[in-house]
Amino acid sequence: MKKTFSRPKSLKPVPFHYCPGCGHSILHRLIGEVIDEMNLQERIIGVPPAGCAVLAYNYFDIDMGEASHGRAAALATGLKRALPDRVVFTYQGDGDIAAIGTAETIHAAGRGENVTTIFVNNGVYGMTGGQMAPTSVLGQHTTTSPGGRNESRDGFPINLSEMLAIAKGSAYIERTAVNSPASILKTKKAIAKAFQVQLKGLGFSLVEVLSPCPTNWKMTSLEAWKWIDEVMTKSFPIGVIKDITGEKKDAH
Amino acid sequence: MASGLIEIDLELCKDCKLCMSVCPHQLIKTSDRLNKKGYYPAQFTDETLKKEEKKCTGCGLCAISCPEIAIEVYRV
Amino acid sequence: MSKLLMRGNHTVAEAAIRAGCRYYFGYPITPQNEIPEYMAERLSKIDGGVFIQAESEVASIHMVIGASMAGGRAMTSSSGPGISLKQEGISFLSGLELPAVIVNMSRGGPGLGNIAPSQSDYFQATRGGGHGDYRTIVLGPSSGQELADLTARAFDLADLYRTPVVLLGDGMLGQMMEPVEFSPEIPLKKLPTKDWVLGGAKGRPSRFIRSLILDTTEEEEHNWKLMRKYEKITREEVRWETFATEDAKMVVVAFGTAARIAKGAINRAREQGLKVGLLRPISLWPFPSKVIKELSKRVKFFLCFELNMGQMVEDVRLALEGNGEVHFYGRPGGIVPTPAEISRIISSQYYQKKLG
Repeated sequence: MKKTFSRPKSLKPVPFHYCPGCGHSILHRLIGEVIDEMNLQERIIGVPPAGCAVLAYNYFDIDMGEASHGRAAALATGLKRALPDRVVFTYQGDGDIAAIGTAETIHAAGRGENVTTIFVNNGVYGMTGGQMAPTSVLGQHTTTSPGGRNESRDGFPINLSEMLAIAKGSAYIERTAVNSPASILKTKKAIAKAFQVQLKGLGFSLVEVLSPCPTNWKMTSLEAWKWIDEVMTKSFPIGVIKDITGEKKDAH
Repeated sequence: MASGLIEIDLELCKDCKLCMSVCPHQLIKTSDRLNKKGYYPAQFTDETLKKEEKKCTGCGLCAISCPEIAIEVYRV
Repeated sequence: MSKLLMRGNHTVAEAAIRAGCRYYFGYPITPQNEIPEYMAERLSKIDGGVFIQAESEVASIHMVIGASMAGGRAMTSSSGPGISLKQEGISFLSGLELPAVIVNMSRGGPGLGNIAPSQSDYFQATRGGGHGDYRTIVLGPSSGQELADLTARAFDLADLYRTPVVLLGDGMLGQMMEPVEFSPEIPLKKLPTKDWVLGGAKGRPSRFIRSLILDTTEEEEHNWKLMRKYEKITREEVRWETFATEDAKMVVVAFGTAARIAKGAINRAREQGLKVGLLRPISLWPFPSKVIKELSKRVKFFLCFELNMGQMVEDVRLALEGNGEVHFYGRPGGIVPTPAEISRIISSQYYQKKLG
C-alpha cells in the first residue's frame, strides 16, 4: 500500500488550536496543499487577519506579515508592489474584510491589485466570542443580536463578493464552502485558480469560503455543516461570481 | 481484502465526528479511551457496523473532511 | 551641487527619492498636497518607483508597512486629521520594528482646524499618539535646507534603528520656496542590506513579522528591547542648535518655524543690548534635555515660544528639573506672529525679570 494522503509540506507539523470542526483548519490544509502542488513555498507571502487565524504564521511554513485588523488588503498592496514577482495573499474573516476592512478591500479590487484574498465567511466574530458580523444572516442569533438579527435594528447582511465583482480591477471571484468532501475539493480548486490568476497578472482574485463555526453557532460540527447548506447559502449563494479568464468551468 | 487503510492520530483528534459522517462504509467510530486533550477520538475499525461486508477502499473522504489532518490514507 | 529654488513640500519629496525612497503612499490633505503630487510625477519616471494615492490615510500607512516588510524605503505624508488616522499604523511600525518615514506638515487644529501652519502636533509626535509603550524619532526642520537634510537623515535613522521616524514640519515650511542644495542620489545597491525582510522563503527558513506577543514574559522582554533601543537613540541622536547663548541671560527655546521667527526677534533684542540667545531643538525626540540642563548652570530664565498652546514647554520644564524659570508664549490656531511681536515679548519679560 502506498500513502495517498498526508500533511502538506508547507504546513508546520504543529497541532491546530482551532475548535473541533472549525473551517480554518480545513482551509489551512487546502492552502498548504495548493502551495505544495504549485511549488509556491519559496515565493509566497501571506497576510493573516485579526481573528481566530491571527496566529496563522504558527501553522504555515511561509513568510508572513501581520496587519492590523482590516488592513490586510493595504498591507498586501504594499508588499506586492514592492515584490511583484512573488505571490501575495491575504487570509481574512468576515469582520476583517467586510466591516473594518471594507474600504481597503474594495480599493484593492478597484485598483486591480494582483493579490489574492481568501475570505473566510462564518457569519460571526469568532475570536471575540460570537458577536454579529456583517455576514450574519437575518434571524441569526449572536451575542450582539439578541433574539436574532433583526432588519430594522441590525440592518441586512452584506454581500461583499457580489459588490467586488463590479470593480473593473477584480478578475476572479468565487464563493465556495467547506461543508462536505465535495465542497472542500471545489474550494481547493478555487484557491488554486485564484493563485493562477495572480501569477498571470490578471488582477484581483478572491475566494469566499462559507466556513463552519460550531462553537459560536452552538452546534455540533455536523449540524454546522448542514446549517451552511440550509441557511447560509440562501443569503450567500455558492458559485462563480466573476471570472474574466473565460474558463466557463463553474463546477457548481 | 481491503484495498485501503487509514491511520488516525488519536492525539490530534478533537472528536468532531465529521470523518464518521462521511465514511461510506461506516468504518470509523468513537473510541472509549480519552486522549491527552480530553477528547474521545475517532478510531478506525475493521469490523463493519453494517450487515454487508464493506471494507476500506482508501477513498480518503475521511481525511479530506478531517480538520486536524489527523488521518493518513493508504491505498493498494 | 548647485542650489535649486524649491517649495518645501517638493524639497521633502525630492530628498526622499535621492535617499532611496521608492515607495510613497499618501492621500491629499492641505498643506502637504504637493508631496504626493511631486511623488506621483517623479516616481512614475523611476524604475521600480511606486506611487499610490490610497483610499485613506489609514490605508496608506498600512501600505507603507507592507513595503517596509519587503525591505523598501517607504514614506507617507499627511497633516492633522490624517496623522491622527495613522496612529495605529505608527504603533504597529514600532512594535513590528519596521523602518518608515512619516511626514507631518502640521496645521491648525483640533478637529478639522484650518490649513494654516501650527505646531500643535508636538505632543502627538513626541509622546507617541498611538497605543502602547513606544517612541518615534521626531525631527523638527526649520528651513528648506533642513527639510532636505533631515528627510535624508530620517531614512538612514529609520533603517539603522528599525523604527519609524516622524518629520514634524508645518504648513509654512511646506509652502515656502527657498534655495536648497541636495546631497547626491544614493544608488539603491549602496543602501544597507536587511536580513530580516519578507520575500518568500527561498534558500532560508520561513519567517514572520508580527507584533502580537501573547506570552506576557515575551512581551515584557520585547518592550524592554524597544526601551534599550530608545535609550541608545537618546544617547546618540540628539540634535540641536544654539544661537547667541554664550553670554545670554535669557534663552528662548523654539523649534521649526517658531525658531526662525525667534531668531529675528533675538536679533532685534540684541540691537537693544538685551543678552538673549536661542536654543533650537532639531531632534524633538530625543529632546536635548542635557543641553538645557547644562545651559541652566548659567542661564536662569527660559522663554519657550511655540505656535500652539504650550506643548514643548513641558519638556523644557522637565529638562530643567526646577533649576530655572520658564515662561511660555504661544499663538495657536494657525497664527504666525512677526519677529517684532516676539521681540516685544522678549523685552517685556527681560525687563520684568530685571535681567538687564
